Amino acid sequence: MKKNKIRRVIPASAKSPATKPKDKEVMRLFVAGDTAKSRQAVLRVRSLFEAELKNGCELEVIDIHLHPERARINQIVATPTLIMEFHVPERRFIGNLSTAKGVSAGLDLIRKDKTAL
Amino acid sequence: MSVKRFMKNNGRNNGSKPISPATQLPKCLTGIQGLDEITGGGLPRGRPTLVCGGAGCGKTLLAAEFLVRGAAQFGEPGVFMSFEETEPELQANVASLGFDLAGLIRRKKIVIDYVHVAPHDLHESGEYDLEGLFVRLGHAIDSIGARRVVLDTLEVLFASLHNEAILRAELRRLFRWLKDKGVTAVITAERGRDQLTRHGLEEYVSDCVILLDHRVNDQIATRNLRVTKYRGALHGTNEFPFLIGGEGISVLPITSLGLNHKVSDERIATGIPRLDAMLGGRGFFRGSSILLTGTPGTGKTIISSNFAQAACRRRERVLFFSFEESPNQIIRNMHSIGLRLEPMVKKGLLRFHSARPSLYGLEMHLATMFKEIAAFQPHVVIMDPITSLMDAGTASEGKGMVTRLIDYLKAGQVTSLFTSLTQSGSGPAQPNESAMSSLMDAWLSLQDMEGNGERNRVLYVLKARGMAHSNQIREFLISDHGVDLVDAYIGVSGVLTGSARVQQGALEKAVVLANQQEAATLKREVERKRKALDRQIGDLRSDYEGEALELRRIAEQVGTRTVMLGTDRAASGLLRQADTNKAAASTRVNHKNGKA
Repeated sequence: MKKNKIRRVIPASAKSPATKPKDKEVMRLFVAGDTAKSRQAVLRVRSLFEAELKNGCELEVIDIHLHPERARINQIVATPTLIMEFHVPERRFIGNLSTAKGVSAGLDLIRKDKTAL
Repeated sequence: MSVKRFMKNNGRNNGSKPISPATQLPKCLTGIQGLDEITGGGLPRGRPTLVCGGAGCGKTLLAAEFLVRGAAQFGEPGVFMSFEETEPELQANVASLGFDLAGLIRRKKIVIDYVHVAPHDLHESGEYDLEGLFVRLGHAIDSIGARRVVLDTLEVLFASLHNEAILRAELRRLFRWLKDKGVTAVITAERGRDQLTRHGLEEYVSDCVILLDHRVNDQIATRNLRVTKYRGALHGTNEFPFLIGGEGISVLPITSLGLNHKVSDERIATGIPRLDAMLGGRGFFRGSSILLTGTPGTGKTIISSNFAQAACRRRERVLFFSFEESPNQIIRNMHSIGLRLEPMVKKGLLRFHSARPSLYGLEMHLATMFKEIAAFQPHVVIMDPITSLMDAGTASEGKGMVTRLIDYLKAGQVTSLFTSLTQSGSGPAQPNESAMSSLMDAWLSLQDMEGNGERNRVLYVLKARGMAHSNQIREFLISDHGVDLVDAYIGVSGVLTGSARVQQGALEKAVVLANQQEAATLKREVERKRKALDRQIGDLRSDYEGEALELRRIAEQVGTRTVMLGTDRAASGLLRQADTNKAAASTRVNHKNGKA
């Protein structure tokens, strides 16, 4: 509940130019190399967030082996990491989203985020 | 003090068998003062070292100094992967020690990677690995060709990531990866209660473990460092105190000082001529250590100041450490006995350094003194009094400190004078004094002698190694004109000092005077007799001369009369034969004239 309150406070303050406009939602998936595991992770993300992706949300897949500086910029420690930049604060998911509990909790949170907009 | 010199002396540690270089593990010099000596050359190269300690012990600092010195002094670039402090925070924290981190970063000698793992917006779902960490570390190392790495502190990961199985597996992989990369790594960790580190990092880092400690004894805080494990090499396992000073960490190991310093034959004056006379006529050896003990008020500071003045007169620098009085007070007090110290201070030959002993711990005092001595390069060092400094620690710590100090000074051929306060009422040999006296080459003792209703100061030379010294007591007099050593009179009742000595002296002087007077009287008497004799002789002589004169006169008279008689007879004869022989006489005369 507290989290909802926080989310409501932030839009009241002035928006900085760095904040993305509401309609531009990005999901970034950081993977390590083009391995079977990475491809699996990408597939799972696409299937879980199908609805969001259809609604104009973008999915960016970054291979940190090819772009190591991105790992530093986005503070990536574990892979795969999924960063949702729907709203401030960003939400991170570590892991290949294989555990149901984690996924459902995550999905709930995302939807909560969206409804709060 | 170059590290190379110590390595030569201490290729062996703690007196054990020396190891040949071939079998020794390659080591990585840290550049941290004292640490390279304890570890016999630094940390194990290409292996991870664990630095473990409580909060605020100096782990980050040690790691940072290892990295910075590696980059600045040994040309080995380094990567600092920080999990707790951001780059600006680190720069600020480390700048206070004189490290220009920003400059090194600019020149691509150091890379700082701040890893932020915040638990609140992190959701774990499913399998993952820590490849992100590897990628970042690898990228940082490759970007500058780093040879040294610091991870401070991996324990933050344990707080954020809850899948311990994955975490530990990845950590194991990380350390294997670090070893394969060939970098020398320093890992910091917090001290645990049951185990060495809170999260058991020691199971991965087992090549070298350094423990840091910070404890408070008697309100004085000391930091200690201990190398508990160093695989493949012998190391000193003792606890060594260390300081965090203006130039980083300095560990002060006692083993780094050998007993092979050069010695000098030169003798230096003490500033009190009679004291020089007591010391074989020439004073103390240069580079020797001198102990001056005395009960309160016997004049220890005065003798020290005289010593300082004598050195300054020889244009030598003197560093005076005073732990009880302020420099101005000493200068004023010495002025009252005619000893002017301000001109020497102004010329820069005499420097005072005062600090209350309770200001900081013994180690800090020692480090401060070393720094001052290294900066000023004195020829003579005076510590007045050393006993108050020793009270700042335990007896053994104090002795250890004095030992290190003396060794350090002797290595630089610096003459040192230590004054020590003794308790009145007991003799010169007290427990901690005897312990300290074995470190000293010379020992002067000032004592009080009570008697005759007064106290007088006396000075003994108890020992002076390497020279003949007087074994006699001298009375130590202080006046407006300075200090004087006077022979104490040995009377019937023992040694006499002060007024008793003066009395005795007066008495003896009176006796001498009386003798002198008697001698004078006798001399006069003899003189008088001689004069009388002379007179008598004079009288006799004049009598004799008178008679001699008379005799001569008579003799003359007789002679004249005889001559006259003769001429008279001739004349009368002439007269009687005048007529007849006149012609004969004249012809005789003519014949004489004509034929002659």
